[in-house]
Amino acid sequence: MNADEKYTPQTWPEGPERATLEGKNKFLGFWFFLGGETVLFASLFATYIALKDKVPSPDHALAKDLFELPLVFVMTMLLLTSSLTSVYAMYHLKNYDFKKMQLWLVITVLLGLGFLGCEIYEFVHYYHAFDHTFTSSAFGSAFYTLTGFHGAHVIFGLAWFIALIVRNAGRGLNLYNAPKFYVASLYWHFIDVVWVFIFTVVYLMGMVG
Amino acid sequence: MSTIAQKRGFASTIWDYLTTVDHKKIAILYLIAGGFFFLLGGIEAMLIRIQLAVPNNDFVSAGFYNELLTMHGTTMIFLAAMPLLLGFMNAIMPLQIGARDVAFPFINALGFWLFFFGGVFLNLSWFLGGAPDAGWTSYASLSLASEGHGIDFYALGLQISGFGTLMGGINFLVTIINMRAPGMTYMRMPLFTWTTFVASALILFAFPPLTASIFMLTFDRMFGANFFNVAAGGNTIIWEHFFWIFGHPEVYILILPAFGIFSEIFATFSRKRLFGYSSMVFATVLIGFLGFMVWAHHMFTVGLGPVANAIFAVATMAIAVPTGIKIFNWLLTIWGGSIKFTVPMIYAVAFIPSFVMGGVTGVMQAAAPADYQYHDSYFIVAHFHYVIVGGVVLALLAGTHFYWPKMFGTMLSEKIGKFTFFFFFVGFHLTFFVQHFLGLMGMPRRVWTFLPGQGLDTGNLVSSVGAAFMAIGVVSLLVNIVITTMKNERVGNDPWGDGRTLEWALPSPAPFYNFKQLPLVRGLDAYWLEKMEGKDTLTPAEPIGDIHMPNPSFVPVVISFGLFVAAFGAMYQVDDKPWAIPVLIIGLAITFGAMLYRSIKDDHGFHIHKEDLMEDDDDNKGVKA
Repeated sequence: MNADEKYTPQTWPEGPERATLEGKNKFLGFWFFLGGETVLFASLFATYIALKDKVPSPDHALAKDLFELPLVFVMTMLLLTSSLTSVYAMYHLKNYDFKKMQLWLVITVLLGLGFLGCEIYEFVHYYHAFDHTFTSSAFGSAFYTLTGFHGAHVIFGLAWFIALIVRNAGRGLNLYNAPKFYVASLYWHFIDVVWVFIFTVVYLMGMVG
Repeated sequence: MSTIAQKRGFASTIWDYLTTVDHKKIAILYLIAGGFFFLLGGIEAMLIRIQLAVPNNDFVSAGFYNELLTMHGTTMIFLAAMPLLLGFMNAIMPLQIGARDVAFPFINALGFWLFFFGGVFLNLSWFLGGAPDAGWTSYASLSLASEGHGIDFYALGLQISGFGTLMGGINFLVTIINMRAPGMTYMRMPLFTWTTFVASALILFAFPPLTASIFMLTFDRMFGANFFNVAAGGNTIIWEHFFWIFGHPEVYILILPAFGIFSEIFATFSRKRLFGYSSMVFATVLIGFLGFMVWAHHMFTVGLGPVANAIFAVATMAIAVPTGIKIFNWLLTIWGGSIKFTVPMIYAVAFIPSFVMGGVTGVMQAAAPADYQYHDSYFIVAHFHYVIVGGVVLALLAGTHFYWPKMFGTMLSEKIGKFTFFFFFVGFHLTFFVQHFLGLMGMPRRVWTFLPGQGLDTGNLVSSVGAAFMAIGVVSLLVNIVITTMKNERVGNDPWGDGRTLEWALPSPAPFYNFKQLPLVRGLDAYWLEKMEGKDTLTPAEPIGDIHMPNPSFVPVVISFGLFVAAFGAMYQVDDKPWAIPVLIIGLAITFGAMLYRSIKDDHGFHIHKEDLMEDDDDNKGVKA
């Protein structure tokens, strides 16, 4: 396999992310990595559920005081949409349409940045309005660790996308970088799935529980 | 790319090992680093036994004793046993499945360097204000109260080395799934490969809970969080759960590859196909599965209630079934075999009764009501040393003798090997057998001394004498290694004469590309099959062609070093040192910068050309055994 070989939409293989042995390994290895990440987040979820509303004194804010669904709804929509746009990008990857893939990836990054902005606003708001911080209670530690780990994953995913977009802007698609784009988008979907659980377990159950 | 032996300078050899991505060299690195930590843990064990040799001893202080027992356990599990096993997996597994390298050579190197820097960081605690002292389990109620930076070293050091282990696990999983030679179906894989596979799956799912809980411990101790701080609403039992959700699979991560090594040895030196191969595979997978269902048997006395205790008790006892299947399969492999008592085989035969004794005390403890009596006594210490030393360490010693020629091209002396075995094995039983009774007589674990006149004196003295025997055994192994290396008598492909699996068809040590032509595997014990048909080489599955190889890289060292630096920053910002936060940031910048560099710099590897491979063939003529 010559990695720099030029392709046309006609010669581009059907599963470009798995057309080489390196790509196949990367694909499978990354799925395993996401399996491990799932257990990591499961641990953080379990901790959050155990420590939800566990505060040192009654005057601390609880989940039902903190959360506001409109903001969380906007965040959810931003992240879910970004997952959709990354699917579009992968669609164009499979069709060897580099320009459209880059465009959809840029849109994905912008949506992700929007999510991140909302999350930062949310945290700052909790701090100013409720004195709900990482160190104020066990509830705070568990909440910020769970959502913060997710937020850190979003930051890492965005940095990853940006690095790939910039690095490959000048040279287009080949079988060397196709798996790289593909696993980055897998990572992004995973972040999205974790958010769906955070939305349910932290926010929805926080409002009704 | 000829492999004509060249005299190389010392510096270039060091550079070669710092940048290598070859699984065989990484295996040697694991063996050296793991062996070093094994000696360190052994010295700590000797100090413990000297302190406990006589009652009311004041050889070490109580505080130092706590540090010794903590570091002995932590070092032996995380920095000795696991890396040594990962070393054998690296050295042997790719050869056994007929692969030219692992799936991710770069990540393989990264895994080693993360482990190495994590281990060094943990042990620097001895020189920087005191080692961790809350036991290897580091229960949060104790560890949050521990003064100084000991526990911080524990948390950060284990976090870094844990990342490395996780990467190793993923790497082996993908290697075994994607890189098998033509014809190497799952049910033709040697048992060591199978146990590597299951142990890697356990690593993948068991380490993340440890990662999560160590993050919580780090946040609690260094960044003001309150996960385990009861006054702020926290709960210390969360740590115990996560630690054992990791910790119990961890003991199977250790013992399964040990089982694999022994399975290879039994079949080789009984000169018989492994009895009940399919049931061995089944038992391995079942142990791996059940290993996740039993963690609360470490917490019977916490007060989880009779229902939880009963469920975990039954699940624990169930594990004895697949383990029993294995024991009987090994016995039936020996049965009727044409047995050769080489050093590895002696270890393997000695392993069976030793390990069964550990298993029997394990089932005793699985009975939850009885466990209230054994809990935190020397009975427990005796039990887990019987399974870990009697199982894992005997396997490591057996594997060292068995695979030494394949890794280094020389044979360890059988004579000294038998001497090592005698002292280690007798010492092991002297040390730990009597501890069962010390425990039943009420001697608690993790206490720095005991009083005279309570019937504990003789037992403890016997135990300490046994430890000295084990030390003599280990020293004789080192002597053996030095003598063997000095003599440097090269051996051929199959020095034991009875090799069954693919690795014994290759030169010792194997060339850096492993297989010139990928082999065609026609059944279990592929090389044995060829030998039975009168051939001494494997049937090739492909014509000789160019071989693609990965480039060496220094980046793994840089990534790992960045985390090592960052850990100092994270630790000392607690003391309000002005340089601490910048150091933390610089360290993380080094790590992520190196990752970015790795990501954007294309690395296509290189090709060994067909002509060079042919040339190699000519060079080697007449050298072949």
